[in-house]
Amino acid sequence: MKLPYTLPSKAILLILPFFTALLCVGIGRYSISIGESFAVLFGVFAGNTESISPQAFSVIFNIRLPRIALAVLCGGGLAVSGTAFQALFTNPLATPDTLGVASGASFGAALALLMGFTALGVQIVALVFGLVAVTLSYSISKIRGKSTIIMVVLSGLVVSSMFNAFVSVIKYVADPENQLPSITYWLMGSFTSVGYQNLAIGAPLILAGVGTIFALRWKLNILSLNEDEARAMGLNVKLMRLSVIVAATLITGSTVAMCGQVGWVGLLIPHTCRMVFGGNNSRLVPSSISLGAVFMMVIDTAARAATAAEIPISILTATIGAPFFILLLRKTGGVWL
Amino acid sequence: MIFTVQHASFEYHRHTPVLKDMNFRVEPGQVLAVLGPNGAGKTTLLKCMMGLLNWKEGQSAIDGTPLPQIHYREIWRKIAYVPQAKNQPFSFTAEEMVVMGRNAHLGLFGQPGAEDYACARRAMEEVGVTHLRDKLCGEMSGGEMQMLLIARALSTQPSMLVLDEPESNLDFRNQLVILSAIERLARERHISCIFNTHYPAHALKIASHALLLTRGGESLFGPVREVVNEENMRGAFDVNVRIDEVWVDRKSYASVLALSVAS
Repeated sequence: MKLPYTLPSKAILLILPFFTALLCVGIGRYSISIGESFAVLFGVFAGNTESISPQAFSVIFNIRLPRIALAVLCGGGLAVSGTAFQALFTNPLATPDTLGVASGASFGAALALLMGFTALGVQIVALVFGLVAVTLSYSISKIRGKSTIIMVVLSGLVVSSMFNAFVSVIKYVADPENQLPSITYWLMGSFTSVGYQNLAIGAPLILAGVGTIFALRWKLNILSLNEDEARAMGLNVKLMRLSVIVAATLITGSTVAMCGQVGWVGLLIPHTCRMVFGGNNSRLVPSSISLGAVFMMVIDTAARAATAAEIPISILTATIGAPFFILLLRKTGGVWL
Repeated sequence: MIFTVQHASFEYHRHTPVLKDMNFRVEPGQVLAVLGPNGAGKTTLLKCMMGLLNWKEGQSAIDGTPLPQIHYREIWRKIAYVPQAKNQPFSFTAEEMVVMGRNAHLGLFGQPGAEDYACARRAMEEVGVTHLRDKLCGEMSGGEMQMLLIARALSTQPSMLVLDEPESNLDFRNQLVILSAIERLARERHISCIFNTHYPAHALKIASHALLLTRGGESLFGPVREVVNEENMRGAFDVNVRIDEVWVDRKSYASVLALSVAS
């Protein structure tokens, strides 16, 4: 299943997300053909709006496009954070949540929901607590001014379970009639209520994070060696580690803040890419962004179009992702790890 | 480039010095062998002298300029480190691994370009591992990996190589391959080499100078024939040895025979 990372592969990785977006924008209860979607999108960007049906315009621009944008940002972002953390921690099991950012953000969101904040308030409080959790993990791991990778991972584990316990506390005290269901549903992840306003806060942070990791993609290779070796190659290991952690935290924190916990993407996509294109992060980073975005668009389209009621995202990522991952593992024996 | 260490000491815990008042000097094309029993601080010495650990007193210097006064990337363009070939990541190909040696020449967000890959290929050619180019590191033997790590260090185009026990864990033949590679780099390319070793015979074989460490943190530095002798070996290792010359085809080879543990 190995593919060469040459021009055709790169072209496919570049075009696939756009093609998927065009396809997904037409799928739903109000069905729009690819041709019509293309005409609407192209027409608007070309400034020619006369021939467009107002209904198609409204469905595409007010409902589906923000969701697709969010799916692209979350999918690409979570996948690339996973890739970065797996390189940084030299551990194939690392996920974007290894330092506890998702647990922290979940706690923040649950707290804000309990206090009856608006959607925007929930997003901001969640992001702040995500950052708090990672800062906590990182400072706990520091012993005499130095932090080893194993200490960082361990303290991430501790901080993560602590915030999970706090979430349970909030659920316990929440009003079971309306607050508890909304917290529970939020935690399962959904792109439903996302508008341009939420995107305006989340998107720049996610893009900044993805941009940073993309710029450092080759350096991730060196970062995955042992510390002395990396330093002896003239790499500023401390600065690189911190940059990657901050970038991945911004991505994951913003993602959880906008659409709750979306599991599996950060593990599934990087490993799929690793199997197809090999372990070089110069290839893994761009391919994770592309395939992560595609995967999330497909999942979200299934979530909103498969049944009359919305299916929570993490149920789908796990039920589709896990068997697919098992299939990959069984077929290849995990040789790419 | 002339590398010097002057009046340097190091300790992990207060008042238990690991290395005391180290003094040595390595000139272009010289090979320095660092010898000493387990726990004498050979690896610690390498790390301290390259600045991966900080000396408690004294300093290392390149051409007279103390290391802390030189920008880190500048240091690592001149000194290349060859770690032991263990715990290497699986998923990089040989070429991807070797080109990492170019990092010290690249900027903060730099990526290797065509020139860097050409440099990596030349380095692989130089130590004879071109055939491994697309092989995964995880599928290599210990000998192949060690040669590859030397190639990676060479792709930096350094003035000095620092090798941490490059020939331990290798078989007979691979030990010779590594040693003659070091000897050739020093002689033909005038790269100074500092290597740690457990084998006094290997020091006598390729080194021009030797640095002998003892468990108390004392050290002895000088031309290899003066340092590696029967008396000093007994003093440092508590082993009675016999050092002889063996003549084969009118060429002399040093042989170090361990006789017994000294009481």
